[in-house]
Amino acid sequence: MDSPSTVAGRMGARSRARAFRQRLQHGDQIAHLITLIFAATIIVITALLFYELYTSAAPTREKFGWRFLTGTTWDPVALDFGALPFIYGTLVTSALALIIGVPLGVGAAIFLAELAPLRLSAGLAFIIELLAAVPSVIYGLLAIFTLVPFLREYVTPLLGEIAGFIPLFQGVSYGVSLLAGGSILAIMILPFIISISREVLLAVPRDQREASLALGATRWETAWNVVVPYAKAGIIGSIFLALARALGETMAVTMVIGNDPRINLSLFAPGYSIAAVIANEFSEATSGIHISALIELGFVLFCITIVVNAAARLLILTTRRKALGA
Amino acid sequence: MKRIIPIVVLTLLCISCADNERTSAAAPPGPADQVLITSAGASFPYPIYSKWFDQYHRMFPQININYQSIGSGGGIRQVMEGTVDFGASDGPMTDDQLKQAKIKILHFPTVLGAVVPVYNIPGVTQEINFTPEVLAGIFLGKITKWSDPELKKANPAVNLPDKNIVVIHRSDGSGTTYVWVDYLSKISPEWKSKVGVNTSVNWPVGLGGKNNEGVAGLVKQTPNSLGYVELIYAIQNKMSYGKVRNSEGTFVKADLASVTAAAAATVKTMPADFRVSITNSPGKDAYPISSFTWLLIPSKIQDQTKKKVIKDFLQWMLTDGQNMVEALSYAKLPKEVVAMEQKALASIE
Repeated sequence: MDSPSTVAGRMGARSRARAFRQRLQHGDQIAHLITLIFAATIIVITALLFYELYTSAAPTREKFGWRFLTGTTWDPVALDFGALPFIYGTLVTSALALIIGVPLGVGAAIFLAELAPLRLSAGLAFIIELLAAVPSVIYGLLAIFTLVPFLREYVTPLLGEIAGFIPLFQGVSYGVSLLAGGSILAIMILPFIISISREVLLAVPRDQREASLALGATRWETAWNVVVPYAKAGIIGSIFLALARALGETMAVTMVIGNDPRINLSLFAPGYSIAAVIANEFSEATSGIHISALIELGFVLFCITIVVNAAARLLILTTRRKALGA
Repeated sequence: MKRIIPIVVLTLLCISCADNERTSAAAPPGPADQVLITSAGASFPYPIYSKWFDQYHRMFPQININYQSIGSGGGIRQVMEGTVDFGASDGPMTDDQLKQAKIKILHFPTVLGAVVPVYNIPGVTQEINFTPEVLAGIFLGKITKWSDPELKKANPAVNLPDKNIVVIHRSDGSGTTYVWVDYLSKISPEWKSKVGVNTSVNWPVGLGGKNNEGVAGLVKQTPNSLGYVELIYAIQNKMSYGKVRNSEGTFVKADLASVTAAAAATVKTMPADFRVSITNSPGKDAYPISSFTWLLIPSKIQDQTKKKVIKDFLQWMLTDGQNMVEALSYAKLPKEVVAMEQKALASIE
């Protein structure tokens, strides 16, 4: 009675095995599996990083709780730790870097992609990409020996004279300052903004430009009113990539920021960033709570970059939707 | 043809044997096999340590001592965990740390260093004298001008400008900072209660530079600044540094002799575990901001070969090794301390 069904079942199993073998031979399954493993590795590493930072920061979290984020003292002797001056320094220098770097970077990218002769554009793009490969300690040295004296001798006295009524530009400047940190970061993120934005602008379809030119627009009008809006999402993406780099930059910043954990409104005053304090103090930190506080700072920085990245995603999504809607 | 091969092999063997005999005859008895010792810690004594370990390796090719200058904090952590054979630190371990360590850890002073105040005052070429009160006052932010009466009193012949003092300190945790603030807290009760002693502290005033280079760079660049660097660094980079008044009232310039004098003055009160701070030590010629730097050796070493190698090395370091330190601008250990350490060597089991 049941023999036909078993036969059918056996045959079904056999054909399924054959089909599986066939698919294996075509490699799809294997490729799928391997790429899945690779993709999973990245997620696992990120998760592990998050977990490790979170658990290693436990002693500080228990001792200070949320006060850690709002505290303004950083005293490795009394073991009293607050992260606010570092968060402030990180955000201010990164914001400053964007304020200086974005107009310069996007402007340069528009010139290279739209207005410059092709040969000049290709040559310059190559040099700019080289700049992205310069180690950050080299930028730090550049900052110490040229940027800092330049800021101290010329820029800050001038700024103080012109805009001294704004608290941002008050006080004595010794050169090393939030302003110096932000300026060197701006120089460091320029290559990222320029080279990615240029690629994005070059990828804008040719007929968009031709249509605009045919309607009688000048080259600049075409670039500014047609090409740049079309490439907006990509340009914003490049800016956020640059911001992520600015947030985490350590060496160059610590060399010029002045390393003073106090919140000063003036950009001429020294400050401190999260990455800089970790680099400075981790190797010599001996007490458990000091190490844990530094790790929690790392955790805070990790969270800040996650938030920034999420914001970037959202912004790109909405601009794309808006562009599609229009 | 077949006969020749064994002959060649034999000759080669003989030659290599003879070679072996020669090396072992030239060098004093050491272990027969390759020994690799790992160590890590302070970066301040790294130049002399690497010179010592290199020299020792030349004398005993089978012994390799690997030293990583990851900082005193790292050295203490690693030796507490037992991940290195021995550690090194510019500051002695605290009682808590000794308690937490898995094994009992002994301190062995190796060389002496000093920390000096460096300054950059445009127009002033004379040497500046610093009193303890002035140094503490400046670093507490109470003395803010070079023309302060306290400074003028100590330097009657110098025309000090009426300019703000830019204080520059180390931003990275460091043994140099430890020695500097250890001194400040000894001479100023206010510093002791307000700031305290550690490899990094909460500075009341000033800009932070990374490493000796960072501080030196900032001092050189910033007019009217005052910072502190290691004596070796100041000597090697030909920076001018000031005299400091010691506990007996004389202004002393840091050099190898005045640093050794500071250590010699504390010999009588030297504790058996060598964990001693020699800042502000007595003695007419003693430079007050001096310090030992230590090797941190576990008191029990399971591996017999390693134990012998480490003990032999320490013995050599205390005798022949000491003759090499002055070439690198470190100060020698006083004879009395060497004798005490040689006795303490016996307690390594």
